[in-house]
Amino acid sequence: MSSPHLSPLVRGAREDNDRVPGTPRRGSGFLDGPVRLGTTPSATVGPYLAIGLTWPDGPHAVAEGTAGAIWLRGRVFDGNGDVVPDAMVETWQADPDGRFAHPDDPRGPVTVPGFRGFARSDTVDGGQYAVRTLKPGPVPDGAGGWQAPHVDVSVFARGLLDRVVTRIYFADEAEANAADPVLAALPDDESRRTLIAQRTDDGYVLDVHLQDCADKGMAETVFFAV
Amino acid sequence: MTGTTSRDPRQPQESALVLPRYGREPEGSRTPVAFPGYRSTALRAPLRTPVDLPHRLTEVTGPVLGEDRVTAADADLTLRMGGEAQGQRIIVFGRVLDSDGRPVPHALVEVWQANAAGRYRHVVDNWPAPLDPHFDGLGRVVTDGLGRYEFTTIRPGAYPWGNHHNAWRPAHIHFSLFGTAFTQRLVTQMYFPGDPLFGQDPIYNAIPPTARHRAVSRFDLERTQDNWALAFQWNIVLRGTDQTPFETDDDGDVA
Repeated sequence: MSSPHLSPLVRGAREDNDRVPGTPRRGSGFLDGPVRLGTTPSATVGPYLAIGLTWPDGPHAVAEGTAGAIWLRGRVFDGNGDVVPDAMVETWQADPDGRFAHPDDPRGPVTVPGFRGFARSDTVDGGQYAVRTLKPGPVPDGAGGWQAPHVDVSVFARGLLDRVVTRIYFADEAEANAADPVLAALPDDESRRTLIAQRTDDGYVLDVHLQDCADKGMAETVFFAV
Repeated sequence: MTGTTSRDPRQPQESALVLPRYGREPEGSRTPVAFPGYRSTALRAPLRTPVDLPHRLTEVTGPVLGEDRVTAADADLTLRMGGEAQGQRIIVFGRVLDSDGRPVPHALVEVWQANAAGRYRHVVDNWPAPLDPHFDGLGRVVTDGLGRYEFTTIRPGAYPWGNHHNAWRPAHIHFSLFGTAFTQRLVTQMYFPGDPLFGQDPIYNAIPPTARHRAVSRFDLERTQDNWALAFQWNIVLRGTDQTPFETDDDGDVA
């Protein structure tokens, strides 16, 4: 094997043709890694999202008349501190027992009848979203601990080429919030504050700030890469 | 396994939940949230680097939405309000897969689009192109057991917008998909092959060059219907579960 034209993979192979970890077997003819298809690139929802994404029951993560239901509300602001009246907010969360309305929840189905766990709301009402739901319970963190009650949030809008993702936590869960691994990983209390909803008469409120607006004392919400 | 060494399969820790991890497209082939040429991103796209969120239960589950959200009439956008829409009738079809090549079955696909003249039925779209009394631009379908979807519509027109001087959006259809996990949520736009407006469109050009072809449908003569409709195929790929065999300390064999 002295040809100067061999590929680096072949030159790097062992004499006994066995595989060096991390390299394909010489001449095997088989794929040595999984086939991956490139994912479809995202695009903005644009200004006309209401045509395609409006559901009469969109804002309702729970069946109507569910006891103990609350409203999660807030406004979406841009970098000028102006409300964003053409955004869409989607929420996904566990039920009060910490279970998800999803077959992959390994602990069994949700216990609240009519609990969908998902809601979507436009912000046509002065930049305000409003979602009717039940406050979620704590959720296992997958490593033997617990996450504080939280809601995963996606924000879509004209001017966002991909959704942005954040979370809603609850101000009256101080103890659970202090032990939450996601909140704990944030750099400071100022960051954590952008994720914590405050109590209102009929639920909780948390505004979403897409960017800082120093003039109006607004700090950019913590967004997550999922 | 065809490996030259043998190894017992790893046992998951009993105390821990075993969760899939969804792969993330490399930055160089993923649409950024902001793009300088698309002016509206300047005040809306967050400026700080997003914080990595490990995939836990909330992220690997997601809304299960399907048949209950659609009717048969939702798959034909050309028949609305008691009549037929104006324009070139087309069939749009394809498969919804994840990046591991697995079909995404029984999944909701929501679409919306402009009419043949490039006008949306929406209060804020008031450029001087006609509305079509028999076109509302809304479609919903559910993928079958093999992840296939299909709907009938009219080819949307291009339309002007205020992003820059004489700016026109290439013809496109908006798509919204959930997959089966929060991580897989996708809202995107399907384009038509060879559109001469691609070059000046910042929303198209925000897609990294290596991935742009994934946003463009393919004309399919085989699926056209004689005396009835043209056909365009578009496969949609959602994120799959991460399978990086080389991150383990074994000999690299793939089962």
